[in-house]
Amino acid sequence: MSDLIKGKAWRFGDDVDTDAIIPARYLSTSDPDQLAEHCMEDADPDFPRKVGRGDIIVGGKNFGCGSSREHAPIAIKAAGVSCVIAGSFARIFYRNAFNMGLPIFESREAADRIQTGDIMEVDPATGSIRNITRDETFRAEPYPEFMMDLIAAGGLIPFLLKEGFND
Amino acid sequence: MAMTITQKILAAHCGRDEVRPGEIVMADVDLALGNDITAPIAIRILREKGIKKVFDKDKIALVPDHFVPNKDIASAQQCKALRDFAGEYGVTNFFELGETGVEHALLPEKGLVLPGDLVIGADSHTCTYGALGALSTGVGSTDLAGAMISGKAWFKVPSSMKFILEGSLRPWVGGKDLILFIIGMIGVDGALYRSMEFSGSSIRDLPVSGRLTMCNMAIEAGAKNGIIQPDEITEDYVRDRAPRKWKVFQSDPDASYDRVIEIDVSRIGLQVAFPHLPENSRPVEEARDVVIDQVVIGSCTNGQLDDFRAAARVLKGRKAARRVRTIIIPTTPLIYRQAMEEGLFDIFLSAGAIISPPTCGPCLGGHMGILAEGERAVATTNRNFVGRMGHPKSEVFLAGPAVAAASAVTGTISSPDDL
Repeated sequence: MSDLIKGKAWRFGDDVDTDAIIPARYLSTSDPDQLAEHCMEDADPDFPRKVGRGDIIVGGKNFGCGSSREHAPIAIKAAGVSCVIAGSFARIFYRNAFNMGLPIFESREAADRIQTGDIMEVDPATGSIRNITRDETFRAEPYPEFMMDLIAAGGLIPFLLKEGFND
Repeated sequence: MAMTITQKILAAHCGRDEVRPGEIVMADVDLALGNDITAPIAIRILREKGIKKVFDKDKIALVPDHFVPNKDIASAQQCKALRDFAGEYGVTNFFELGETGVEHALLPEKGLVLPGDLVIGADSHTCTYGALGALSTGVGSTDLAGAMISGKAWFKVPSSMKFILEGSLRPWVGGKDLILFIIGMIGVDGALYRSMEFSGSSIRDLPVSGRLTMCNMAIEAGAKNGIIQPDEITEDYVRDRAPRKWKVFQSDPDASYDRVIEIDVSRIGLQVAFPHLPENSRPVEEARDVVIDQVVIGSCTNGQLDDFRAAARVLKGRKAARRVRTIIIPTTPLIYRQAMEEGLFDIFLSAGAIISPPTCGPCLGGHMGILAEGERAVATTNRNFVGRMGHPKSEVFLAGPAVAAASAVTGTISSPDDL
């Protein structure tokens, strides 16, 4: 994930829970395209229709709290969202994102300042978050080394197989 | 270095003498759990990667419980995916029909999780087993797949918060009230990434049922796990269930904590968490005018026999208000049978309640008690997020079984003392 990410921001509040990201009433499937049709539906019913490919979700503190459902990052990714920026992430959402390959960036400052409609440019390699609309730049919290290894391997499963943990 | 109970269990499972908060370790798990919603994704991963065997047939548990009895064709397909996989890969701990129950009630009951274990589950309420002195935490489906393949999972070693609870509980007050009070105090991210360690004389006096409730909701404060030092009450619970030996760990007296919070429980009354976050807990008296349409008593949070006994004490000789749909959900076949044999079902049925088979059902808005637009429920469950039990414009108020039962009788949120 070294390519620059560029997209329009969609801002949500604090404590966005996984029931808001993908309500449980849709969990009788794990098909990414079906989940994407309902992404963020209970926070903003029009979001699945409004969101464009490459757009960026911005949350406040504790983004992705609640259920462990990996359907949440799957729905976000399948909706075309390129990454999530938040003040902080709930821990299961955080690990799910790394394990399955949804780029996430933690920056309280960025989360406070970005507004819906802002055009953002994020450099995953450096953690630089640039708000082109407002001409502001923020820096995401650096990833721990282990996370970099997971990203480099392409997620948890390729990492485990590469390291021979299945023997 | 002095360590907490959580850090010691992690160290023991990655072959180290010590681990430090913040470092990331790969550790061996004693059990990896999945359900009918989360396991299908993990199973798909194994099949796509051409993995032909699991790391240990006895250390995986597959428990269809969320949308069972199968609520529709799609749910039936998901359960079938678990059944087929369990058969093909020889997974021993697969439970269905008259054997299955709500996963976090079923696994402790069957002795599949024991003190000192390291358990991951693709379900956020896996933290429940901390009640027995295990380190257990919720993960995603990819983690479950990874553990089924390798027997391992990665963990960021958590720092801990210590809660020292002293004093005697007021009448009707239980584990649910204590944990709602604590979440109200620290907030839904008050323990983010951390371990919540519950201790003190009130915890030592608390039965396993109340301990399960408290650790179950650690995730609602953002915690990695909730945990309670095993004692005689723990040993009495696990002794006749355990098919293997267990190990008791305890925090060093000089272990360091991010925060130590002392609570006098005699000051805590019955609690109700208002929509739409568990941190919105208030004394029940402040909820008195709220008119309700439904009561749900059950779930991995309050689905133990003690919870149904508390509800029955309130409902005995009384009737639920006409407008209130009262749903009782025993969480396992054993609890179902015990409740029936104790005569609790007679009390519930006379009160106008219905008794559901074990399922997560309405707790997550799955089935068996969904709310319409504008409806309100009092539930002994764990989350009251927007749309959690049904329509995005419905509301859930979280409480313990005594408040839920009393509210069913009056039709407004009530304490048993109001009856």
